[in-house]
Amino acid sequence: MTVHITPRRTYYLVFAVLMILTATTTGVAFIDMGPFNVVVALFIASIKAVLVVLFFMHVLHVTNLTKVFVAAGIVWLAILIALTLNDYLTRGWDPISRPF
Amino acid sequence: MSPIVTELPKIHYLNAAYGLKSWLLTTDHKRIAILYLITVTLYFFLGGFFALLVRLELMTPASDLLRPETYNRMFTMHGIVMIFFFLIPAIPAIIGNFVIPMMLGARDLAFPRLNLLSWYLFMAGGLFTLYVVVIGGVDTGWTFYVPYSSVYSNSYVVATGLGVFITGFSSILTGLNFVVTTHTMRAPGLTWGRLPLFMWSLYATSLVQILGTPVLAIAVALVGIERIWRVGIFDPSLGGDPILYQHLFWFYSHPAVYIMVLPAFGVVSELVQTFSRKRIFGYKFVAGASIGIAVYGFLVWGHHMFTTRQSVYAGLIFSFLSYFIAVPSGIKVFNWTATLYKGSVSYQTPMLYTFGFIGLFTIGGLTGLFLAAMGLDLHVHDTYFVVAHFHYIMVGGTVMAYLGAIHYYWPKMTGRLYPDAWGRFAALLVFVGFNLTFFPQFLAGYLGMPRRYAAYPEEFHLLNVMSTAGASVLAVGYLVPLIYLLWSLRHAPLAGPNPWGARGLEWQTPSPPPTFNFEKTPIVTDETYEYSLEEEEVV
Ligand code: HEM
Ligand SMILES: [Cu+2]
Repeated sequence: MTVHITPRRTYYLVFAVLMILTATTTGVAFIDMGPFNVVVALFIASIKAVLVVLFFMHVLHVTNLTKVFVAAGIVWLAILIALTLNDYLTRGWDPISRPF
Repeated sequence: MSPIVTELPKIHYLNAAYGLKSWLLTTDHKRIAILYLITVTLYFFLGGFFALLVRLELMTPASDLLRPETYNRMFTMHGIVMIFFFLIPAIPAIIGNFVIPMMLGARDLAFPRLNLLSWYLFMAGGLFTLYVVVIGGVDTGWTFYVPYSSVYSNSYVVATGLGVFITGFSSILTGLNFVVTTHTMRAPGLTWGRLPLFMWSLYATSLVQILGTPVLAIAVALVGIERIWRVGIFDPSLGGDPILYQHLFWFYSHPAVYIMVLPAFGVVSELVQTFSRKRIFGYKFVAGASIGIAVYGFLVWGHHMFTTRQSVYAGLIFSFLSYFIAVPSGIKVFNWTATLYKGSVSYQTPMLYTFGFIGLFTIGGLTGLFLAAMGLDLHVHDTYFVVAHFHYIMVGGTVMAYLGAIHYYWPKMTGRLYPDAWGRFAALLVFVGFNLTFFPQFLAGYLGMPRRYAAYPEEFHLLNVMSTAGASVLAVGYLVPLIYLLWSLRHAPLAGPNPWGARGLEWQTPSPPPTFNFEKTPIVTDETYEYSLEEEEVV
């Protein structure tokens, strides 16, 4: 197995991008976009998470097997969210479940 | 059969080093397994003690032995101790730790020190829980449902939650260790298609532990955060949603029922073959069913929430999906039975537990299907029917398989046999006691007796007396093995490397095995479980 050595510059660069994105999140918080407030915040947060996983956690240069396990984590999160939303998004449909 | 053995190997893992320090700082997977064996057994009897108080209280309809507040604490502590400190670690951390490297032909797990850390985390979480027991207990039920846990309960929710949180990491690290070990430490020639079925089921279990446990940790942490800082997450008066807690909790806890039962499947797959001297019927299906359960088990959690305000449409989908989760379990039960067919079956102690498992698990699984039907669940939700259902699986299934595994591997662990007649007697006691305890609970529940109350109407009296009587028999059934197994340590005849004539690399090591298991890494050249071959040699 070859170990990939990431140059220090890359880490500084990624760190800088993370900081810029943090500042963006803070800045955007002052603008009211209605329902998109959450969407935008989560979108930026996701980009940050991907950067951390790829560079700081070295997933960019690992074996395919490890990548499969990383992907599994994401798929499982998707299951959690999808089947939970399956409840929340259908709650209003039924007249019986409305009065609460 | 194996030749008569007159002495133990000179040096083995138990006498390779002496002193408390050599145990507390060991990285030998077999010694860590023994550490777990001792501590998990203590928790089992602690949990049993709480159960005893619950059953004694329920012997009479009135709440007379315990005050209702105390009763609530007793069943809560019973559930927490049994689930998080006995059922989840029992088979993986004791039996798995002990045999996995040997099954794979390896010298140890992939991360021996991480393995020791798992045990220390388990102990740390356990000590938190013991601390809670001493200072006054917790009364939320093992499920920690909000808003009771986050707003109203005046018991020690945060400390207990912390204990569960910490123990969760022990579980995650053990799972991680097993997964990496399975991928990287297999002996030459031991392909995936030749892996013992116990390995397949523990691999599947480990996946569930890794992918599910973090969500439990998050759910419990959020309860703590809401309780301490009043942040609105689950409390509607603060803008939260209590049902969200149940989603998070059951996302882990339904799969967690498979963390408890999948390892038992693995044990039963091994034992059925050894004691019927036949290769498993449909190896690929049995192995695949474990993985199937691990993945599919994450799609059905909403069946615990039919009676909440979860939308009816979500309920329909969860109900529909729940019916299918019985398929892989059904495959296993049918394949075990088919393995017995025309086998040369012998009725030693481990096999009696195996039979107990197959029958009782089947009842537990089938009543699960009743519960997964939304209409019926409205009637029996939160009654003793549910209590009986999951005890048939967890006690009738997992505890039976665990005892079977302990009896099966005891000669490997200690180098000694145990009195088989006593073993069979205890297995019978456990079976009879179990059914007398829990079958009446199906009836009481179906007739409408709710769970988690210290008092109940007169009409359920007889059923509860039966249940308490059964619990006493069950308790004796658990104490008898404790006695003769301890006795066997000094007085029983020696076992030799392979007392059962079983296949599998673990039986090629001396009993007890040396610290690094094998002198030379074994090379695997034949398929798993070639029992029919052996039979021909004998004939
Ligand atoms: C295989 C191992 C299984 C275990 C260890 C297990 C365990 C449990 C536990 C602990 C509960 C009670 C939770 C609580 O309310 O505190 C429960 C309830 C339930 N189980 Fe199982 N179960 C298993 C299999 C199944 C299967 C195969 C099904 C359905 C196909 C099923 C369906 C249900 C349902 C619907 C409930 C909720 C009942 C209610 O609260 O109204 N279970 N099970
Ligand atoms: Cu479930």
